[in-house]
Amino acid sequence: MTWSALAVMIPAWFIIIFFTVRFFLKVLRAPSKQEAEE
Amino acid sequence: MSQRRERWGSRVGLVLAMAGNAVGLGNFLRFPAQAVQNGGGAFIIPYLVSFLLMGIPLLWVEWAIGRHGGKYGYHSTPGMMEVLGGGRWWKYIGVFGIFTNLTVAAYYCYLESWTLAYVWHSITGTFQGMSASEVAHFFNHYVDVNDSSLFNIPIEAIGFFLFTLVVNVWILSRGLQRGVEIASKIGMPLLILFGVFLAIRAITLHAGDQGALYDATIGLNFLWEPQFDSLTNPKVWLAAAGQIFFTLSVGMGSIHCYAAYVREQEDIALNASAAGWMNEFVEVLLGGSIVIPISVAYFGLDWVQAPGNVGLFMGFRTMPMLFQNWGPLLAALAGVMWFGLLFFAGITSSLAMGQPVMAFLQDHFGMDRPRSARTFGIAILILSSWCILFYGNGAFFEFDDWSGTFSLVLFGLLESIAFSWVFGINKGWEEITRGAEIKIPIFFKHVIKYVTPMFLLAVFLGTLINPLNGGWAMAFESLLRGNGWPLDSGSIVGKILHIGMDDTRWFVNGTPTRLFIVDATRTLLLMTFVAITIAVRVAWKRKEEQQD
Repeated sequence: MTWSALAVMIPAWFIIIFFTVRFFLKVLRAPSKQEAEE
Repeated sequence: MSQRRERWGSRVGLVLAMAGNAVGLGNFLRFPAQAVQNGGGAFIIPYLVSFLLMGIPLLWVEWAIGRHGGKYGYHSTPGMMEVLGGGRWWKYIGVFGIFTNLTVAAYYCYLESWTLAYVWHSITGTFQGMSASEVAHFFNHYVDVNDSSLFNIPIEAIGFFLFTLVVNVWILSRGLQRGVEIASKIGMPLLILFGVFLAIRAITLHAGDQGALYDATIGLNFLWEPQFDSLTNPKVWLAAAGQIFFTLSVGMGSIHCYAAYVREQEDIALNASAAGWMNEFVEVLLGGSIVIPISVAYFGLDWVQAPGNVGLFMGFRTMPMLFQNWGPLLAALAGVMWFGLLFFAGITSSLAMGQPVMAFLQDHFGMDRPRSARTFGIAILILSSWCILFYGNGAFFEFDDWSGTFSLVLFGLLESIAFSWVFGINKGWEEITRGAEIKIPIFFKHVIKYVTPMFLLAVFLGTLINPLNGGWAMAFESLLRGNGWPLDSGSIVGKILHIGMDDTRWFVNGTPTRLFIVDATRTLLLMTFVAITIAVRVAWKRKEEQQD
């Protein structure tokens, strides 16, 4: 792969993985208020 | 209105169901096609910008409209739009949210059933030893478009379709917690697992390896090589914004419906973001790393860039043949994984289409869940029959154009304006941020008010009057010279005017033509819309009578 393609792909992949994992982990760690009540 | 208070069983279940709603066959088949047709790397930057300025904001808007409507006991868009707009006639805008789900589900369930059939044929080794043309012929035979007859009666396809429909109705009849949530908790992890396996296999293909002619990374490079000069091309921006719109399943009414089962003080900002980003993970990382790299490895870049080669049907007409290069065992496994992930992507979306229709019947006609699920199933059976029987004459694609494209873009635009300008951005912002477990930058308040509606207006106009081959500059030049606007045959106005259709007669020697089927399909869709509008009118009459 060319450096210019990697220069776009790696940051884009990083941003997508970062926010996907970050938000999903937050969801996993914090149950909803309803779940917490139960 | 029924006083039933169904709720999501878990937050993870809700987020996976929402992500499953967004992740569809388009993530693996439409996204690569759009990326290829719009210059590869040139497409990605507008795509990501559109996600941030239109996709994510519209997700928040739809979640907020849904939770706000749920507070008033509404779980479908007619009621939600009425309480949002504050006027009686707003409920008729919400008709789109029922119409789109019903009519998209009609052809989508058929498409979903193909994936199940192909899983079966991958297991039984049907594609083993088949040439490229034989695999393509198998698909034509499967949907019965081999001859020029008016009707297509594909016996096997009808069987798989009925089975798929029964599975959908059965899951929906079990309820949100025991049906949709369990299906999403099983389907989404398996989809990601299959996708990761296929993506790794795809991008590690080297020239000379298992019949590959080129390195698969050439395909990946094509997808990511930036072409900054294309950033000024409106065609690329429209295609990117359109892809974001369709991939997130916004403008349908299904997000609203799922969000209506969220409590008033529960978070929606984080949940919406988690579901939206998960869709992007599946689309960009997995969807972008399977079809294009594998196709480039076996056919080369020129074949992939040729118009029409990469698209929805490539998944069925070409991929099974390419998997055969990997040996009998891996070919069967790859086939099961590829069509299995498409099936999971499909069913989690079709379930989300069923729920709003059922919620409308439950809320306004007092039906219980199993009965509303059966009613939905019967409606789908009737509408799908038309798609199946007249598949070869374009009925399937008419459903996709009018329901799966035009209606949802129009509804997306209208709801965006209603939320920011009628309900009011201040109230809207308070609705989005109430109970939020992430801090949304205030910058997005202005984006939701000004930028998102502008994006949606552009996508709507692009759908309505798309110029010939997407050449906007040439179209404006033509208009200024007094030569009129050169419409593309795929634009909505172009379709209304039947541009590109050679035969403009309805009957030839007493036999209906393709044009007749096309116009009859449009009439059927219009009648469906009118019928839902009448049902909404009747529902509100009943409500008024009960209140009196």
